[in-house]
Amino acid sequence: MHELGVAMEVVEVATRRAGGAHIRRIALEVGVLTAVLPDALSFCFDLATAGTKAEGAELELRTPPGRARCRDCSRELRLERPFGRCDCGGIDLDWLSGDELRIVELEVV
Amino acid sequence: MCATCGCGIDHEHSLDELHDHSGGHEHDHDHDHDHGDHDHGHESADSVDGRIITLEQDVLRRNDHLAQHNREWLSRRGLVAVNFVSSPGSGKTSLLENVIRRDEGRGRIAVIQGDQATDRDAERVRAAGARAVQLNTGTGCHLDAQMVARALEELAPEPGTLVAIENIGNLVCPALFDLGEQARLALMSVPEGADKPLKYPYMFRGASLVVLNKIDLLPHVEFDVGFFRDCLRQVNPDVSCLEVSATRGDGLSELMEWLAALCAPASAEGETA
Repeated sequence: MHELGVAMEVVEVATRRAGGAHIRRIALEVGVLTAVLPDALSFCFDLATAGTKAEGAELELRTPPGRARCRDCSRELRLERPFGRCDCGGIDLDWLSGDELRIVELEVV
Repeated sequence: MCATCGCGIDHEHSLDELHDHSGGHEHDHDHDHDHGDHDHGHESADSVDGRIITLEQDVLRRNDHLAQHNREWLSRRGLVAVNFVSSPGSGKTSLLENVIRRDEGRGRIAVIQGDQATDRDAERVRAAGARAVQLNTGTGCHLDAQMVARALEELAPEPGTLVAIENIGNLVCPALFDLGEQARLALMSVPEGADKPLKYPYMFRGASLVVLNKIDLLPHVEFDVGFFRDCLRQVNPDVSCLEVSATRGDGLSELMEWLAALCAPASAEGETA
């Protein structure tokens, strides 16, 4: 359940950045290859925001797809899991996207 | 002054202080303060564009930053830290005990022991001959860079020491948190099943070395080493894997060599610094 720690860090960073304003929405990128479960994060987000300037805020989750390039044949492929096999049989992959865990923006009132 | 980021905090004495610069920074301009890897969280709300504040900030940046300070703290002293990760019961503590005994009391190994509760494991590695600091995380499921910073100060290892950080027994959460270690050693044991790297890919993907422990049990359990190595290759194609029995001693010489090779450049750096 590291999602609770992640949610608390999101709220901490966001409330500090908001400078005392009330936060209505936090947009967060959680790539599909990131070791964070969106459902668990949403659940923890409500706990982490309670009693803060972000209480009641919407957590907008954006989920960049997993993309990788095969080191053997240089082709690009989609990854749904943090590993995969290229059509050429290659398993040595460079990740291009999908491992994001980033606060994109806040909406404050 | 911190050489990594020039942030002005004297890490010799206050490694565990968070870099909370938000209080004293006022800026008159309206752009976002992104300094690449080392944005220190100038979290004033002066970049409000309408009601949207753009951050584009990694959630774990604060931990990553502190980890980088730990790494710098270690390297300045000619120290190497290895983060030992595994499920509960894979044999991290047994492996450490035996590595320490092979070190023959030369005191070159010190241990930061992470558990949710009790100092039983710290007692075990002390009994084997190493200095140890126990970290209890309570309900926490992983160690983070700040906890390790405090433990390093308390441990105050001599130059040339190998600092073994035994993480919480958990194959999921510790994968996300850089502690400032130079290498991450992922341990698993044969009774856990050969497909474990595919089930817990993050931990194995981040490993610098994988140790397959309890190989003395191979005759008694169904475990296909070839299949295991194939699973491991899929998540981490380049990683080396040592087959070890911590209790019987198989593979420990190779592990000692790997650890010694890791320590050699750091010792040289520490001596010349």
